Amino acid sequence: MSKLIINRRGLLRTMGAGAAATLASPMFFTRGAWAQNFCNDPTASGKIVFGFNVPQTGSYAEEGLDQLKGYELAVKHINGEGDGGLLNTLKPLSLKGNGVLGQKVAFVSGDTQTNTDAARDGARRMIERDGAIMVTGSVTSGEAIAVQSLCQERGVIYMAGLTHSNDTTGKDKRRYGFRHFFNAYQSGVAIAPHLAEAYGRDRRAYHLTADYTWGWTQEESIKNATEALGWETVATVRTPLGLGDYSQYLTPVLNSGADVLILNHYGHDMVNSLPQAVQFGLRDRQANGKNFEIVVPMFSELMAVGAGEAVKGIIGTSNWHWALEDEGTKAFTKSYGEAYGAPPSQSAHTGYVQAILYADAVERAGSFYPPEVIKALEGHEFDGMGNGPTLYRDSDHQCFKEVLVVRGNDAPTSKFDVLNVIGRSARDEVTYDPAIFGGELGPYEPNQC
Amino acid sequence: MNAFLAQLLNGLDKGGAYALIALGLTLVFGTLGVVNFAHGALFMLGCFMAVTFRYLITIEKVTTDPTQLSPWGQPLEVRAPIVQDWLGDFGLFLVDYSVPFSILLTIPVMLAIGIGMERGLIKHFYKRTHAEQILVTFGLAIVIGEIVKSIYGPNPWPQPIPSDLRSAADIGRWLGMEPNTLTYPWWRMIYLMFSLGVIAAVFAFLRFTTFGMVVRAGMADREAVGLLGINIDKRFTVVFGLAAVVAGVAGAMYTPLLPPNYQIGMDFLVLSFVVVVVGGMGSLPGAVLAGFLLGILQSFASMTEVKSLIPGIDQVIIYLVAVVILLVRPRGLMGRRGVMEG
Repeated sequence: MSKLIINRRGLLRTMGAGAAATLASPMFFTRGAWAQNFCNDPTASGKIVFGFNVPQTGSYAEEGLDQLKGYELAVKHINGEGDGGLLNTLKPLSLKGNGVLGQKVAFVSGDTQTNTDAARDGARRMIERDGAIMVTGSVTSGEAIAVQSLCQERGVIYMAGLTHSNDTTGKDKRRYGFRHFFNAYQSGVAIAPHLAEAYGRDRRAYHLTADYTWGWTQEESIKNATEALGWETVATVRTPLGLGDYSQYLTPVLNSGADVLILNHYGHDMVNSLPQAVQFGLRDRQANGKNFEIVVPMFSELMAVGAGEAVKGIIGTSNWHWALEDEGTKAFTKSYGEAYGAPPSQSAHTGYVQAILYADAVERAGSFYPPEVIKALEGHEFDGMGNGPTLYRDSDHQCFKEVLVVRGNDAPTSKFDVLNVIGRSARDEVTYDPAIFGGELGPYEPNQC
Repeated sequence: MNAFLAQLLNGLDKGGAYALIALGLTLVFGTLGVVNFAHGALFMLGCFMAVTFRYLITIEKVTTDPTQLSPWGQPLEVRAPIVQDWLGDFGLFLVDYSVPFSILLTIPVMLAIGIGMERGLIKHFYKRTHAEQILVTFGLAIVIGEIVKSIYGPNPWPQPIPSDLRSAADIGRWLGMEPNTLTYPWWRMIYLMFSLGVIAAVFAFLRFTTFGMVVRAGMADREAVGLLGINIDKRFTVVFGLAAVVAGVAGAMYTPLLPPNYQIGMDFLVLSFVVVVVGGMGSLPGAVLAGFLLGILQSFASMTEVKSLIPGIDQVIIYLVAVVILLVRPRGLMGRRGVMEG
């Protein structure tokens, strides 16, 4: 048996070797040492820039401009200005109201023109020229999918705005893309029982559908949901995005044998198509011995205001509504109302929530390094943002929460009182197997920008 | 049968807009010999006359009601149009019928704009080639569009249909059918009647007034009329203003059917040029005939049965017809021999 003998010379030699080994160790053993290895690292550039890429012109401009207001309010609250909004109700919360990781957040904004190519160009400018560490915003799924794909290529996290296509977190999902907004499948599940209750199970539906990814997946989801009720689909007709005059598409509905018109339109498209359908007398008609009905499976307060009288009694679904009674909704409605003099739309809410959730994830990760932030968002459970307990599912980056069923208010008490919440589908009811929509998230490791 | 009649009505109301714009274009070409690519901009300015009129009469008086709270907990703002204070119920009627009343603003303003445009720019290009006229008027259209964009922004301005006219007329019952088997929106019917009325007024003005007779003589032989001691240039300036008024009122009344933005003129201009070419350059009856004909053709091409046979036909039918007409009869349906031929 040998005996361990430590003498002075041996001790000095061991200590010296240890010190040399420590100094020579690669920097990746220390936290934050990945600073040089990802796009637009704020610790290297000295500034945290969020890129708000929303439609400010085109068919969905109104929703985009409201979303931008939500983002601007979120930045104020993250930086410790104002009343703090949803930072007072979000649980768990890591943000401290002093920016992100102790540094104030700045932002740049751009106009996607409700156009996929312009959205992608805008996001690229934000990443390459403005140094955005995170890009967010959209009102069409075409924009969201294009920007999400770009952000995956550049290694920049994308927090989607309004995008309702199943493809965004389905076949086109990306590791760097996250969606808080609900999707067409969830709309179908939520709205079907209410359609059966209001209009019965023996109906013949005619779809007019915006001709791009969102319209296609919504048409498919609503068609599946209504056919499961026993409804028959008479026709599915595609309409160009941004069309103003729908007369040539509405005239054939009159003699189609349908007794329900389903408008898979959003934004200005719906604001034009729904009143025009009413002007054509569709809601005054009888078909197949029943009252002719119109359904808009997904709509918002802004669209309801735009459509005016025509929206009364129309059933649809919504991601969120300012009149909900939970503390998060009250806090956000108060902050937003004081800032802008109107209640927030679901578009403003989505933008606001996505910016806060990203900032909070960075704070929890203790780093801007995208793979760490992604892991902080994946599987994250939170509450207090106005939608009840919510999960950011790790397998597809889709948020799961309640879905609201709304109806145009027949007797509004103010100009803001345009929608009534008539039902809520619980989170479990609208949860589905991610495999049904396919897709691959892709790698965590970021590319260089 | 019902589907056929519904599509026919659809085509007629769209054709009414094409015919009105094409009528103005043809008037200018027939009198001044100018190919005016800024004519669509005049239609757009007419749309924004309706927007402006409504904006002005809906300026609100804002008071706060301390007994009611807004959703965010502040005293509720109560807004009411100032015209209601001034004019009582008539003020509310004015707000409701803002689009038809906007014609009262549109006519004088568009007349002034038309005369100003002709005197300030167009007259300097009478003796230049058509290519140069197209370039300068196209540039003018872009400038006007950008000015409107800077004032009104890039997004559409929806204008409401008067509340009494938001439903549909039961045309089927008028024709002895079952109730509600053939319905058509009242406002679209009104727009069709309005188009026919304006077209009839323009033709009557040219046919039954001395002024119109001189203009028609000038269109046939400008020099001869000048040699008679008549200042034909002054009359042609008024005709340019008249064309601007026709385009303007067509635009103002169209706003409830299609919310206008600064690009609306360009969308209509291209179609209207096709209408003019098909009808025959310089032929007023030709422009009207072709306007309605192409509107109806476009409407029938958009029927589901037709589109299932030839997908996308509704988007190209007008241009296909134009190509065929230009190949078979280059001067158009009712064009004068020698104009745009050879």
